[in-house]
Amino acid sequence: MSAKSILLHLAVVAALFALQFVASDYMVLVLTRIMVLAIYAMGYNILFGYAGLLSLGHAMFFATGLYAAALGVTRLGLGIPEAFLLAVVIGVIVSLVIGLIVLRTSGVAFMIVTLMFSQAAFLTVLYFGDYTRGDEGIVIPDTLRQFSVAGLSMDLTSPVLRYNLALGFLAFAIAVSLLVVRSKTGHVLVAIRENENRTAMLGYDVARYKLRAFVLSGAFAAFSGAAYALMFAYAGSTLASIQYSIHPLLWTLLGGAATVLGPILGTAIMFVLVDVASGFTTATLLAVGVVLILLVLFFPKGILGTLRQRYIRWLP
Amino acid sequence: MQPGHPCKAAHPLAFFPHLLLALLEGTVAAAVLALAALGLSLVFGVMRVVNVAHGEFFMLAAMLAWWVAKMVPGGPLAGFLAALVVAPLAVGFLAFLTERLLLRRINYDPEATIVATIGLLFVIQQLALSLLGADAKPVAAPFTYRIVFPWFGFSGYKLFVVAASVALLLGVWFVLAKTRFGLIMRVTQFDRETATAFGIPVNTVYSAVFVAGAALVAVAAVLIVPIQQAHYLMGLDPLLMSFIVVIIGGLGSIKGSVVAALIIGLADGVISMFFSPTLASIIATLAVALVLVVRPQGLYGQAPR
Repeated sequence: MSAKSILLHLAVVAALFALQFVASDYMVLVLTRIMVLAIYAMGYNILFGYAGLLSLGHAMFFATGLYAAALGVTRLGLGIPEAFLLAVVIGVIVSLVIGLIVLRTSGVAFMIVTLMFSQAAFLTVLYFGDYTRGDEGIVIPDTLRQFSVAGLSMDLTSPVLRYNLALGFLAFAIAVSLLVVRSKTGHVLVAIRENENRTAMLGYDVARYKLRAFVLSGAFAAFSGAAYALMFAYAGSTLASIQYSIHPLLWTLLGGAATVLGPILGTAIMFVLVDVASGFTTATLLAVGVVLILLVLFFPKGILGTLRQRYIRWLP
Repeated sequence: MQPGHPCKAAHPLAFFPHLLLALLEGTVAAAVLALAALGLSLVFGVMRVVNVAHGEFFMLAAMLAWWVAKMVPGGPLAGFLAALVVAPLAVGFLAFLTERLLLRRINYDPEATIVATIGLLFVIQQLALSLLGADAKPVAAPFTYRIVFPWFGFSGYKLFVVAASVALLLGVWFVLAKTRFGLIMRVTQFDRETATAFGIPVNTVYSAVFVAGAALVAVAAVLIVPIQQAHYLMGLDPLLMSFIVVIIGGLGSIKGSVVAALIIGLADGVISMFFSPTLASIIATLAVALVLVVRPQGLYGQAPR
């Protein structure tokens, strides 16, 4: 990994850290949300951007983390850190099991099957409405949002703490992503994306690498979902719907698939765009739809993908 | 696909009449499902792309049926007949534009097509919501004949839907198997390049198939809308159910789609009646998983060449 790329990513994290001192309260909240959801998109990118597997069902992993964390705190009486860990572990298990099934398919069938499973997960959330409270969702009361780690007591109702926690998580996700894409696994995944048969012929266990990418991206999604539930004290069925499977795809495509920073940029831009659009219309889905179509037609590599192709060749 | 909910009076029924009602509802669901999935299957079979906006075409046609019924004087029958003409034409035209302006430009790349049609899905859905509102729009059935069983009455219109679907399915089969156009389509499906080499205008065939797929789902929508109200979110269910049917049947296999629609529709009817529609959908999805584990190419699909 070149020093340049490490510096670039450190600079991004530093810039985000500095931003909290100039941003308004509202912007701090929005940025926190963007950072948490960007982790979801980054995980999605490992599977879609690097391994070339287009999943339309990642909301099930996001929702797994979301509900495991929310239910862990409200029903099982777990502390915040324990609930968070539990959510990530369950996310890994769920993505492993689902991955073993859906990776039997490829191409279009893979997309449809992941979509189906995600819809089944969504319906399951509604079916167990007694526990998940369906549309209305679980709200974590403020009294349960305090915890202490290593003697430090923390309160998740504090916007500053949330911002820096989200930033810490994002930095962690960036580091993991960089390590993965620069590792042998990352290179094999790209090889699979470019030519699966040839990769298999070279002696790589393609199925195992694909499963690895799948579980990793599922774990990112659950991680993001758990962080979302705990930080914003809410878990509702909308967050498990198909739309939330499409979001990371859109964010990744917009920012640039197969670039580490692309999903973060895409998430941020889309948030701002929807925010601006909601100023004069309630038809925010229209913006999402139009951006998707325009991206596919005119900008298939996304922002950072195009930049990398033209100018910054070393961008990871 | 939601079969009409059992009326409350059905609950005190004994088991067998109850089962009969469930099977009847299931048959109706299966018929509409087969019709909706047929369009998707046809498009996938020939063009190798999945149209995620397929369900929105369905919704749009249902909305059109409601609008036409409101506009056309002369009662539900006139409105129904007018909608049967207007909806497939209008939705077919939209499909034509989609094919020309979107799919052709991205060269029918499978992944790009899915992403682009997801975009289209959002656009159509949002426009329907913004322009027509979120309320459900009822459409009167063209006729209200009730078939009276010893235990309950059953809508004659629902049986008409079944008959109409069967007729349409046979029609499509006839076109595919027996006509020159069907032959051309099958050739294009089998090998696009060879078809081009033999002077078949592949692009025109693609256009025609995409439009036909949309028109079929539009007819399905016009048929179902008197049973189920028109609503801007109604497209998702038939889309997902079509996916299930098409996967279980084997992508691109029309025979498989019909068989799978029957299985899923009947199972859906029975489980919805005795348990809950949500559970029915969950089970249908898990059925897909099971089929995939045993036969990744579906019931009648061919393993990739």
